[in-house]
Amino acid sequence: MNRPKTSCETKTVLIFRLACVRPGRFSLIIKGAAKCATIDGGRRLVSTSEAQAFVEFDRVQKSYDGETLVVKDLNLSMPKGEFLTMLGPSGSGKTTCLMMLAGFETATNGDIRLDGQPINNIPPHKRGIGMVFQNYALFPHMTVAENLSFPLEVRKMGRSDREAKIKHALDMVQMGDFGGRRPSQLSGGQQQRIALARALVFEPELVLMDEPLGALDKQLRETLQFEITRLAHDLGITVVYVTHDQTEALTMSDRVAVFEAGRIQQLAPPDELYEAPINSFVAQFIGENNTLEGVVTAIQGDQCTVTLDSGDIIDARPVNVSAVGDRTKVSIRPERVEFNRERLHADAHTLKAEVLEFIYMGDIFRTRLRVAGSDDFVVKTRNAPDQRRLKPGEQIEIGWLPEDCRALDA
Amino acid sequence: MTDATAQDAMITADGTPLKVSLNRALRREKLRALMLIAPLLIFILVSFIFPIGDMLIRSVQNGMVSQVIPRTVTTLEDWDHTSGETPSEEVFQALTRDFMIAVERKDHTRLGTRLNYERTGMSSLFRKTGRRVDDLGEGYTDQFGDLDPAWEEPMTWVTLMGHPDWIAAQAAWDGEGAEPSFRLRDGVADVLPRTAEMYAAFAQVVQVEDEDSPTEEEPWHIVYASLYEDLQADGVDVTSLSAPILTAALEGSAAFETQSMRDGFIEIEEDWADPEVWGTIQAFSSPVTAGYFLKAVDLSLTPDGVEPVADNLTIYVELFWRTMWMSMTITFSCILLGYPIAWLMANLPDRSANLIMILVLLPFWTSLLVRTSAWKVLLQRQGVVNDTLVAIGLIGDDGRLALINNVTGTIIAMTHILLPFMILPLYSVMKGIPPSYLRAAKSLGATNVTAFRRVYFPQSVPGIGAGSILVFILSIGYYITPEIVGGTKGVFISNRIAYFISDSPNWGLAAALGTILLVVVLALYWAYDKVVGIDNVKLGG
Ligand SMILES: Nc1ncnc2c1ncn2[C@@H]1O[C@H](COP(=O)(O)OP(=O)(O)OP(=O)(O)O)[C@@H](O)[C@H]1O
Ligand SMILES: [Mg+2]
Repeated sequence: MNRPKTSCETKTVLIFRLACVRPGRFSLIIKGAAKCATIDGGRRLVSTSEAQAFVEFDRVQKSYDGETLVVKDLNLSMPKGEFLTMLGPSGSGKTTCLMMLAGFETATNGDIRLDGQPINNIPPHKRGIGMVFQNYALFPHMTVAENLSFPLEVRKMGRSDREAKIKHALDMVQMGDFGGRRPSQLSGGQQQRIALARALVFEPELVLMDEPLGALDKQLRETLQFEITRLAHDLGITVVYVTHDQTEALTMSDRVAVFEAGRIQQLAPPDELYEAPINSFVAQFIGENNTLEGVVTAIQGDQCTVTLDSGDIIDARPVNVSAVGDRTKVSIRPERVEFNRERLHADAHTLKAEVLEFIYMGDIFRTRLRVAGSDDFVVKTRNAPDQRRLKPGEQIEIGWLPEDCRALDA
Repeated sequence: MTDATAQDAMITADGTPLKVSLNRALRREKLRALMLIAPLLIFILVSFIFPIGDMLIRSVQNGMVSQVIPRTVTTLEDWDHTSGETPSEEVFQALTRDFMIAVERKDHTRLGTRLNYERTGMSSLFRKTGRRVDDLGEGYTDQFGDLDPAWEEPMTWVTLMGHPDWIAAQAAWDGEGAEPSFRLRDGVADVLPRTAEMYAAFAQVVQVEDEDSPTEEEPWHIVYASLYEDLQADGVDVTSLSAPILTAALEGSAAFETQSMRDGFIEIEEDWADPEVWGTIQAFSSPVTAGYFLKAVDLSLTPDGVEPVADNLTIYVELFWRTMWMSMTITFSCILLGYPIAWLMANLPDRSANLIMILVLLPFWTSLLVRTSAWKVLLQRQGVVNDTLVAIGLIGDDGRLALINNVTGTIIAMTHILLPFMILPLYSVMKGIPPSYLRAAKSLGATNVTAFRRVYFPQSVPGIGAGSILVFILSIGYYITPEIVGGTKGVFISNRIAYFISDSPNWGLAAALGTILLVVVLALYWAYDKVVGIDNVKLGG
């Protein structure tokens, strides 16, 4: 989850490179450089209140047919330079949001603002938004170089400038030798790189990418994930990235917006999203998760007691429950389950469990248990020399720290 | 090296070399494929390839002159039409013989019609001559009769010319069943070549055409004339025929008064004295001619070589040219009208697109004749369009537009009829262009116009190409619509071809016009391939 650091030195070099090509960008880069000072622990600290919002969705609603809302009340605010990912199941409205931002669909209600200006007042071709489409949309009748040249030509750029930029952009995606080819003569990964280069060659401040890696194999996807993040950070551009793939979302982004049914369920940095999901949908959607259902029987500050449907009592942290008697789904990550009694609080509640299956996975062990009447409770343990290897049929007792177990909405 | 040996050694389980057994398997598959396409192949061969081949042959074929008047053509070879003189007596003698046979076979009118294509007046010349050609040489018949009345007996001739076996068979024939065919007596053709030839022709005509017996018919005058010519030839020796009457005739004929065939012909019709008539016969006597093709481009093959026809008679070049530019105009208006429709269809939701598709296809479900006639109703001077224009005051009642029976009418009606052939390929190509290309172009900073011009349009060009080829080739050979709405100014070359096929038959010229049309289409197709590339044509997405 660590992202490559951007050192202030490289950023400064970049300023001069970009400043030569487009003086207008200079001020933006200065801002970016100023932000370098606040780099901390490998993650840029960008808070929406500090910088002025660059992209803003304000109570946006969208309906295609006048009957159902595909996007319901979307509020989102992005500072410049942020890499934000929209993650969500199919049909949750991600592409729709992207299309509204790009100006190919109009919002039915609410405002979308780009750099403080309502986007509806700017025609699509003047927005300066780079876009990478899911199917790449490389123009089949043009060579790679002509594809890259297109956005520069429509900006009436001179020939020598164009050639320099095209070469630079192709080198950037390591495709320098492919300028003369047609898109049909490239592999999927190569086309993807070209699509990326084309979206970046005219130096947009905002780049939208709609599942750009969806069609590629795992290894290539990982390579390109890294390259996209590196480029985004090197160039200091703002990126809105759409994906199905939660790993992609977690590894690439500054913040992730989890979509469901036209709403953002949670908008948070990856670690927070994983460790502190605010509702059961997010908890289920991000990473592997064990869920138990029950009723809240006591709340004391940031700790509560839940009586499960099987009658067992466990400790949890109340997140989405407000009162005693509420039904709840408690969620606990498989790697936070403890079956070593000594590591738990002395007064912690424990549960009886029966080992059903033990799977050796190399770096970890994955154990499936029967807990409180549920057959698919999973525990993951690190393969360490002193780690206990459970056997099917074994009866054990499990527990956890109350802060690792989150009582969410039912 | 080792690789090659290893490959050579590749054998299948049963020991045959891999290549052989692969070939065998493939051959079986090919044979099966061939059998599947065989019915179509045969159909195309019979209904398409053969007719085209036949047309190509007809456009240059010219066997008739040398078939009908072979002797004349041979003797005419030495004649020089530039001399300004009529051919020699020998040519006229040959013509008399040819004509006599042709008249009996009724071939002379056909030949007259054929030569009339090249020179007006030939048809009536031949017909008129045909009526009186049997009188030519009568003088010889009389003189032979004066010499010995036996010459006027059919049996004298039969004994002289006929084979003994045939004479016996003919005598035995009772009028039932097949009449024994005439056979020349051995050796007579060597002594009296022309007489033998003409008598044989006479006997055949009598037997076949008239279903009579030569034993009862007095020969044609020309047979007597031929006998006279044979007897007058140098060194003729009739002793081998051992016929006393002939020996007597050899001596007696020396005193005969010579009859000029030439004068006979000129007396019948003085055009025979015109060297131009003979020039025409000579110019078209070869079995293969470029005459039809020359005519099809407003040139004519005269005895003096190739010459342009008189200005007031030129027609075909203008017709070809008109066919071309009108077809191009029609193609172009189809593009103009079809492109937006196809675009709309490709970009609307399926339901509405299907509705438009039905409207586009609707004309296909109506008879061509009905549609074309409907245009006649709409476009005529008192028609709907003119009435409407007058009613809204755009034109005065006396200024009604001529929209039909001219070029305008043909273009309007043809555009309407051929429009679906443009829309369908365009639509299927456009359907295959994802909307994301236009979006991508706009996101890259292109205006709507630029995005269309640089991204969408180039990708739709294969559709335009396919549609244009379809429409152009269909329209260049279209017949029925121009015929109905084209009047005289709006017809195509195809209408002229149809005219020469049925109204005023001249199949050679029709074939030449058709061949030129075919070549022009192929040439355009080739040029299209060079410029646009034929693989740039798509009929489907
Ligand atoms: N042009 C359209 N007309 C009508 N409905 C649409 C249109 N485009 C999308 N929808 C509907 O809007 C909803 C959201 O679609 P959207 O494409 O935004 O989903 P998504 O989150 O991008 O899904 P995926 O991950 O599968 O791409 C879907 O229910 C879809 O059926
Ligand atoms: Mg989508």
